[in-house]
Amino acid sequence: MEYTSPELLTINSARLLRDGDVVFVGVGLPNLACNLARRTHAPNLVMIYEAGVIGAQPARLPLSIGDPTLVSGALAVCSMYDIFALYLQRGNIDVGFLGGAQIDRFGNINATVIGEYSHPKVRLPGSGGSMEIAAWANRCYIITPHQKRRFPERVDFRTSAGFLDGRQEREAAKLPGKGPLAVVTDLGILEPDENGELIITALHPNATLDQARANTGWELKSTPELRITASPTEEELRILREDLDPQGIYLEGGG
Amino acid sequence: MNKVMSLSEAVNKYVHDGDLVYAAGFTHLIPFAAGHEIIRQGRRNLVLARATPDLIYDQLVAAGCARKVIFSYMGNPGVGSLRIVRAEIEAGRLEWEEYSHFGMISRLQAGASGLPFMPMNPTAAGDLERANPNHRTVVDPYGGGSVVVVPALKPDVAIVHVQRADIDGNAHIWGIIGEQKEAAFASSRVILTAEEIVDEGVIRSDPNRTLIPGFIVDAVCHVPYCAHPSYTQGYYDRDNAFYLEWDEISKTSEGVRAYLDEWIYGVKDRAEYWTRLGPEVHSRLKVTTRPSAVVDYGNY
Repeated sequence: MEYTSPELLTINSARLLRDGDVVFVGVGLPNLACNLARRTHAPNLVMIYEAGVIGAQPARLPLSIGDPTLVSGALAVCSMYDIFALYLQRGNIDVGFLGGAQIDRFGNINATVIGEYSHPKVRLPGSGGSMEIAAWANRCYIITPHQKRRFPERVDFRTSAGFLDGRQEREAAKLPGKGPLAVVTDLGILEPDENGELIITALHPNATLDQARANTGWELKSTPELRITASPTEEELRILREDLDPQGIYLEGGG
Repeated sequence: MNKVMSLSEAVNKYVHDGDLVYAAGFTHLIPFAAGHEIIRQGRRNLVLARATPDLIYDQLVAAGCARKVIFSYMGNPGVGSLRIVRAEIEAGRLEWEEYSHFGMISRLQAGASGLPFMPMNPTAAGDLERANPNHRTVVDPYGGGSVVVVPALKPDVAIVHVQRADIDGNAHIWGIIGEQKEAAFASSRVILTAEEIVDEGVIRSDPNRTLIPGFIVDAVCHVPYCAHPSYTQGYYDRDNAFYLEWDEISKTSEGVRAYLDEWIYGVKDRAEYWTRLGPEVHSRLKVTTRPSAVVDYGNY
């Protein structure tokens, strides 16, 4: 079956979730991935939105992080301070999803600025909750298109911590979260090696290692045996297209 | 005490040039009508604080009301870039002060609690802490490691939109409650806008839903549809189409000028604005009902 690049990203992200995970969800592809997982292999997934909504069961596709459909039928709603303090800082979040303009060799993310901070060439939205999610969620996953400009050797600004300058540095910082455990791209999946450096461990069907290397800003290493991810199934695509994003707001384009 | 007044009177009385303003609401209950009134009254040199500046601060900056923004996520939620604020920052014409979401609301929490600062666990992403020296690190006096601290945020005036309030300003809020309560308690003055003004008995029938007590409120304004294009849970939906439209409008200064002229300077108040939006928008934003189960407090 044919599928778009956002569909590929969403489906492979959904497969990383485990049943019972408590997930800090963002809008867009992470939201779709979580809802897909909930309707397939992870029916007991608990979705938490940084707007302060716990156990959301959105009846329609939320178009912003504070969409009212997240509230109606949710388990609980709390203040923004409580969601960050009691839920995230306290260590109650299993999984966080992250994205950003730049992701570097050690999984550090820039969502703040291109160029110099005080004289920005391009001013990006900034941290939002990503600084804390990257540090405190037990597992983090990054979803991003695989493009050279998005994968520099070093980010211009470290908005959120991956493995800093190597795994030992993150371990020395004693952060409760394990850091970015996978980067899902439209070419494959990158995972940190023993030094915290992102290496490619899986390719999607039809993608090649050369393609991945050509679109990465550092010398991309790979595992000796590259896994090939399973193609999106008809069922996964059906749920995404018919139930979750019937208008193709997030899933079309970029295909 | 009856604090009911028009929004125009409240802004005139309680929002001054140079004030630090916190118009609250994390995507929900954003008091757009108050932002528009501030623009109409031509306030200048405001410092605008919000976790998410949203379109309300994009419009205030476009109208020349602000000298500085304090924020933690500067985007058009669900759409992309917040064009005006971003362009002004890139051009060096607008000061800014930046935090993570947790840093921003920790500042408010400190302000609301009467504390000088608030501690947070470290995140190891040091660049923002270096870029904004309001972040400091202190050693945990009880042993262990160190914590990052941020200073209390104490706005001159908070503007908070609510579903219902009585004439004294005791206010019920439900749905996403964001930082409404903290903004109100942190600020010197509080302007409340409400979809409905209700009898005190309605408030007393469900005291757990009262987030803001009347005695910290200065003005109570009855402003139905105050939050459009944001929304009020249970009253009307978010106008996502307008959030997309603003992305187009804000691409050119002519577009922005035309918008301000038609929808802010060209209307007297929110009632006229709402009428001008027309029946198609009204019906698109209608919501059907989904009441909670009744809570019984017991008769003691």
